[in-house]
Amino acid sequence: MLSLNNLTVKVGNKEILKKISFEFAKGKIYAIMGPNGSGKSTLAYTLMGHPAYEVASGSLRLKNEDILSLPPEKRAEKGIFLSFQTPLSLSGVRINQLLQLALAGKKDPLTLRRTVQKYAKALKIKEELLTRSLNDGASGGEKKKMEVLQAAVLDKEIIIFDEVDTGVDIDALKTIAQFLDKTKGQKTYIIITHYQRILKYLKPDKVLVLADGKLRKVGDGKLAKLIEKKGYEDVINS
Amino acid sequence: MSNPQNNLDFDYRYGFAMPQNYTFKAKKGLNRRIVAEISALKNEPAWMTEFRLKSYDIFTRKTIPVWGADLSKIDFNDIYYYIKPTDKQVNSWADLPAEIKETYDRIGVPEAEKKFLAGVSAQYESEVVYESINRELDKQGVIFCDMDTAVRKFPDIVREYFGKLIPPPDNAFAALNSAVWSGGSFVYVPKGVTVTLPLQAYFRINDEKFGQFERTLIIAEEGSHIHYVEGCTAPIYTTDSLHAAVVEIIVKKGARVRYTTVQNWSKNVYNLVTKRARAEENAIMEWVDCNLGSQVTMKYPSVYLMGRGARGEVLSIAFAGRGQHQDAGAKMLHFAPNTSSRIVSKSIAKDGGRTSYRGLVQVMPGAKNSSVYVSCDALILDEASRSDTYPYMKIKENEVAVQHEATVEKLGEEKLFYLLSRGLKKSEAEGLLVNGFIAPVTKEIPMEYSIELNRLINLEMSGSVG
Repeated sequence: MLSLNNLTVKVGNKEILKKISFEFAKGKIYAIMGPNGSGKSTLAYTLMGHPAYEVASGSLRLKNEDILSLPPEKRAEKGIFLSFQTPLSLSGVRINQLLQLALAGKKDPLTLRRTVQKYAKALKIKEELLTRSLNDGASGGEKKKMEVLQAAVLDKEIIIFDEVDTGVDIDALKTIAQFLDKTKGQKTYIIITHYQRILKYLKPDKVLVLADGKLRKVGDGKLAKLIEKKGYEDVINS
Repeated sequence: MSNPQNNLDFDYRYGFAMPQNYTFKAKKGLNRRIVAEISALKNEPAWMTEFRLKSYDIFTRKTIPVWGADLSKIDFNDIYYYIKPTDKQVNSWADLPAEIKETYDRIGVPEAEKKFLAGVSAQYESEVVYESINRELDKQGVIFCDMDTAVRKFPDIVREYFGKLIPPPDNAFAALNSAVWSGGSFVYVPKGVTVTLPLQAYFRINDEKFGQFERTLIIAEEGSHIHYVEGCTAPIYTTDSLHAAVVEIIVKKGARVRYTTVQNWSKNVYNLVTKRARAEENAIMEWVDCNLGSQVTMKYPSVYLMGRGARGEVLSIAFAGRGQHQDAGAKMLHFAPNTSSRIVSKSIAKDGGRTSYRGLVQVMPGAKNSSVYVSCDALILDEASRSDTYPYMKIKENEVAVQHEATVEKLGEEKLFYLLSRGLKKSEAEGLLVNGFIAPVTKEIPMEYSIELNRLINLEMSGSVG
């Protein structure tokens, strides 16, 4: 579905990702783990097409189509969604305005409002958050829920969650994980995380370990547990 | 209803500029004789003729200000100072000459909207030709007519207030307007009367090299309440035009006036407007000022807080695109105790456009317990554009609370990327962010105007407006 072949990425002159090759399959759940600075967020940004991340070599194909030359909005159109690690506050912009434009008229405003309300309820998002400026004065957990809400409404095939579990309390984490669990199998989830805890609710089909910009290890769900017990260094070197 | 005989069977063209059937066309340029002629054509009383001539003499002695935007290219001899489009006033929409109706349709004054308007005073060229006063207004004793009519029908009241708040020597353009003014609105709200719907007026310039000098006077008696809205759109011309209006507003004890402007003059217009209000005890004056069009705008709506507890507010938006300079701001003068003022300014510069915030807040000795709040935010969309802030504060009283915030920001790449990642096109993302930036002001204006404003911003962002 989404295949990376020897992907090398630079920011300025610095190489952050080195020759990453991997194939993400349709309908599977992937966890990407790794120590701080290992290149996890760079990978997320690169897949989405952030202009600051330059692909020095290698290829990126979605359903066999080269998407490296596509700008972010085209990649979104092709079916990729990125849930941000630090969702931005947008003053004066309501979530419905954003989604209305993102859907490019595919849903009428009334249907959209109902859809947003339905998912907001399922995610236990306070009604008032929907009518004020996006993420303005929202807590860490609320911001992440708003990201998940957008992912659900926009209904893309591949959803990348960059630390959706960071800064989120246990109840919110459970709500998010259970919400995502309902649509698993239909979507490809790429979950970037430091912790095992979200993976308890959302069982990964594969766990990828990044270190120093390289893909060092690929395993099943047990690998995450092992990392929690032994730390990255031991797992990578074993 | 009589069937109008004039000018109905002209050959309609689908151009934006309409054929013109003037009954009078003045020569270009200005001298004492032309000023006297304008007054004579309007059948004005002697005091107004004198006022005009005196103002003309003052204008000839005044220098054009050089401290703001570049005004050196205005050629005062290359301007028509008065044009009279039709001979008579019409009272209902049906009686309007068809070409004038067409012009307003192009601006987008919807037929249905009229029902909701308390009154429509539409200025075509320099004289008000259409005016409809709702019965309700009549019953309440509210006067809403064009300034020319007011001079004839209500001379005492006009004479008492006209040119008092902004006397001709105030500045060169106030002097010029005082000499050649034509059209504009006169509003008188009696004591204790609340006008629930906004009064609206539509203005436009429709002749090349034609200057427009409307004059507006609003008097809100004790405890009254009114919202006046002016919006202007003009077609694009190739030569320069001058718009120099004067607006005077008297807000008496406990009264409240809000004056909203959505200005979208074509990009060759010099828009040099003097707006001033006097707020008496516990009165509230609010200016909502949106400047999108024109080549150059210089406009600083002011409130003279004369009575104890008076409150003044200016909310403004300025948008400067290619070749535009919006030099806008506000003035607040605190003369009495317990007065408060609030200025919120949002400016956007794009494609080499330039915005300047120029503000003056002055607190006089004795204006104790006054409070001042100034917030000016500038958004710069590219390297070629520019924004400057000139916030002057003269505080001559110690017991005052002063708060001042100013920010200059660029449209963040991260915010853009965030929106692009959701599938928005770049122009949509920019439009959304810019509209979000000005939302604190747009939410204060009537909905049909804020929708139009958002649409205009989106058009500017997609580059389809020249």
